[in-house]
Amino acid sequence: MAPQSLLVLSAILFSIGAFGVLWNRGAITMLMCVELMLNAGNLAFITFARQFDQAEGQVYAFFVMTLAAAEAAVGLAIVIALFRLRESTDLDELNLLKW
Amino acid sequence: MDSLQFFGFVIFATLAIASALVVVFHRSPVISALALAFNLVAIAGFYMMLNAQFVALLQVIVYAGAIMVLILFVIMLLAISNEAGLHKSGRIQTVLAPLLGIACAAALGWGLWGVGDANPLPVSSADFGTVNSVGTELFSTFFYAFEVISLLLVVAMIGSVLLAKRRL
Repeated sequence: MAPQSLLVLSAILFSIGAFGVLWNRGAITMLMCVELMLNAGNLAFITFARQFDQAEGQVYAFFVMTLAAAEAAVGLAIVIALFRLRESTDLDELNLLKW
Repeated sequence: MDSLQFFGFVIFATLAIASALVVVFHRSPVISALALAFNLVAIAGFYMMLNAQFVALLQVIVYAGAIMVLILFVIMLLAISNEAGLHKSGRIQTVLAPLLGIACAAALGWGLWGVGDANPLPVSSADFGTVNSVGTELFSTFFYAFEVISLLLVVAMIGSVLLAKRRL
């Protein structure tokens, strides 16, 4: 199991997440796709930590995980506020600021 | 040992990619969230194979446990049964999204392929990835970052309470 294959796997997972953000229109599915992208980044951090035999990469992954928790909490609170306002989670309906 | 590792890699990679595709394409958000939890556990398996036991445990407890429960809670609280059929996506979106996804995969994969080590990994040092070594790093080199991130968590907590509250 070479680091190369793991890094390519993390690139593929990141792209699936990015594609999901572009493809979907529901707020919650898009949030989950962002989580996919953060996880792909974490996988690359851990792989590099193992390749260079240093613990820093694992600490970075820890920080990314904390950040993901904060992001999920605030994002879901926004989704709840949005649902209360519009009765749906469709992000295409939020075009008030659209030119 | 090597063929066993390769076998594990193929299984975990297949599971991770398949569950990621389910997250993107399934129309029910509940199924998507469960697939995401599955994906997180598969990636935790990779962490175990890469001698990152502490981070793997955190991944299962914090990510697959706490964060996924939060997302599932919100989905069930709002009773969203079908998120996919909300709005017809425009033609530009249906054409450009796959193209950009493939371009992203190609660019990232090409860049990371050049940086990654092509040889199988050597045996790591004995205490690599233990709570001891990660904790020492966390509370020495990254001490201020750790304090700032705890502040960030407090801010996120207050912010989400304020946002979700009906009236202040």
